[in-house]
Amino acid sequence: MRVLVFVPGDKNSEAGKMPSQELVAKMTKFNEDLVKAGVMLAADGLTPTAKAKRVKFSGSERTVVDGPFTESKEIIAGYWIWQVKSIDEAVEWLKRAPFDGGVEVTLRPVFDPEDFGKELSPELRAKGENLRAEVERQRRS
Amino acid sequence: MSGEGGAATRKAVEAVWRIESARLIGGLVRMVRDVGLAEDLAQEALVTAMERWPEAGIPENPGAWLMTTAKNRAIDHIRRGPPPAFELATRELPTAGRDLETTIDENVGDDLLRLMLVACHPLLSTEARVALTLRLLGGLTTDEIARAFLVSEPTIAQRIVRAKRTLTEARVPFEVPRGPELSARLSSVLEAVYLIFNEGHAATKGDDWTRPELCEEALRLGRILAELVPKEAEVHGLVALMEIHASRLRARVGPSGEPILLLDQDRSRWDQLLVHRGLAALARAEALAEPLGRYALQAAIAGCHARARTAPETDWNRIVALYDALVELTQSPVVELNRAVAVSMAFGPAAGLELVDALVNEPALRSYHLLPSVRGDFLSKLGRSAEARKEFERAARLTQNTRERELLMARARAS
Repeated sequence: MRVLVFVPGDKNSEAGKMPSQELVAKMTKFNEDLVKAGVMLAADGLTPTAKAKRVKFSGSERTVVDGPFTESKEIIAGYWIWQVKSIDEAVEWLKRAPFDGGVEVTLRPVFDPEDFGKELSPELRAKGENLRAEVERQRRS
Repeated sequence: MSGEGGAATRKAVEAVWRIESARLIGGLVRMVRDVGLAEDLAQEALVTAMERWPEAGIPENPGAWLMTTAKNRAIDHIRRGPPPAFELATRELPTAGRDLETTIDENVGDDLLRLMLVACHPLLSTEARVALTLRLLGGLTTDEIARAFLVSEPTIAQRIVRAKRTLTEARVPFEVPRGPELSARLSSVLEAVYLIFNEGHAATKGDDWTRPELCEEALRLGRILAELVPKEAEVHGLVALMEIHASRLRARVGPSGEPILLLDQDRSRWDQLLVHRGLAALARAEALAEPLGRYALQAAIAGCHARARTAPETDWNRIVALYDALVELTQSPVVELNRAVAVSMAFGPAAGLELVDALVNEPALRSYHLLPSVRGDFLSKLGRSAEARKEFERAARLTQNTRERELLMARARAS
C-alpha cells in the first residue's frame, strides 16, 4: 500500500528559512534510510504559501486568491509517498523521523485502485475512452 | 493492558519486524555464520519482544533492542556447548551495547547483501531461493509465502528447512565477493526477485490474473538491492523492468477480473509515478552498461511502450532492434516468439507468422500456451479464421490460468 505523509510547515518554512544544518543532516540520513529500505517512492518540499494560489468555486464563479495563507491551521511544507505493507509499518518509520517541538505529522493511506473498481461502472469507463479518443483526434488534426 | 492495546502493540511489533528483521538476521549471520541459527535467534528475540513490549512499551531503538536480545541468546547457545566452528566465529562478537550498535550500523549494507547472496545461493533450487528470500529478506511468515504461491504451508516450511540445511551442510562461505564474481552471484539473486515479481504479475496458477502484493515485495527487494550495489547495471535494469511492468498492473485487469492485453489497455490508468521511476532506473542502467544486459534490454522494450501515449504511436522498429539484441544474448525461443510479435507490428502479420512457423517444432515451446495464442492472432489478422480458432483452442487447453483460459476461449469463439 501507499501512504502519503504530510510534512507540516511553520513560521520558518513560511519565511523561506532553511532549517539548521544539523536538522538537514538528520533528515538526509532519514531519507537515505527510507530509500535503502525500498520504502521511498517520492518526496518533495513545497515553497512557502506566499507563492501559492487558491481557486474558490461558487456556482459558475471562480475566484482566484493569492497567497500567503497565514490563516490556515495546517500548512503543508512537503510530502513523502511511501510504499509499505501496512499503515503500522509507515507509523514505525515515521517515529524515526527527526521531528520535534510538538509537531504533528499526518499519515494518509492512498486509495488502492481496486477500491474504485466497483464504483467505476463500464459506462463511466467507456466515457473515459471516448474522451481520450476525442483528445487524440484533436491532437492529430 | 486491554485486549485492544495488546492488539495495537502486536501490530507495532509486526511492523518493527518488517523493518528490522533482514538487518537483524543479516547481522546475526555475520556473527554466527549459520543462516538457520541466525534466523532462530532472531525469531526468539521476536518472541521475547512480543512478551515484553505490551507491558514495557516499544523501546526507543527497537532494532538495537532486538539485536541485543538475539546476541544474548547467541551467548546462551555458546554456553550450552556449541560446535567448535561456531565457537570460533562468535569470538568476534562485540560485547558492549554501544560497540554492538556501531558494528551493526557500519555493516548493515554488507550484512543485507550477504544475506541476499546466501538466500539465493546457486546451490539452492529456484523455488528454495524464492522462499528463503521472502522469508529472510521480506520478513514474510511461512504462511504468507504459502498463500502467495498457492501451495500448502508445510510444503513451504519444508522447502525453507531443507534450504537452510543445504547451506549449513555445504558450509557455504559468507564472504561477499567483489567484481565479476559478485555479478555472477547477483544474477542468481536477480533471477529469484524477478520470479517473485512474475508470479505476482502473471500468476501461473489460480483464479487471479495478478497478485499485486508479490509484485510490491519484489519491487521492494529490487530497490533495496539497487542501493546495495549501485554500480551493477543489471540490478537497475531489473528494477526498471519491474517498475514499468508494475505501472500497468491496474490497467491489466478488467472490471470482472479478465486480463487486458498491453495494446488494448487504457493508458490513462498506467501509474505515472512508477513509469517515471522505471524510466529513471533504465537511464541509470544505460549509463552503466555497454552493451545492455538482458534485464536492461527488456526494460528498454517496456520503456518504448511506456513512452508511447497511444498504442499506434509505439516505436515498433526500435522494439524489433532491441529484441534482435535480446535474442542474440539469450538464445531463448520465448524471446524469439516475442520478437515475432514485434516484427508483426512493425512489418505486418505475414512477416510475424513466418517467424512463428519456424518456432512450431521448437521443443522448449511445445507446451507453451503463448505460441498457439500468438500464431492464432496472426492467422486471425490474415483472415484465416478456421486455423486461428484451432490455435486459440489449443492455447486455452495449455494455459493453467483460469482467467487467461476464458480470454482465449472467447477469442476462439470470435474467430
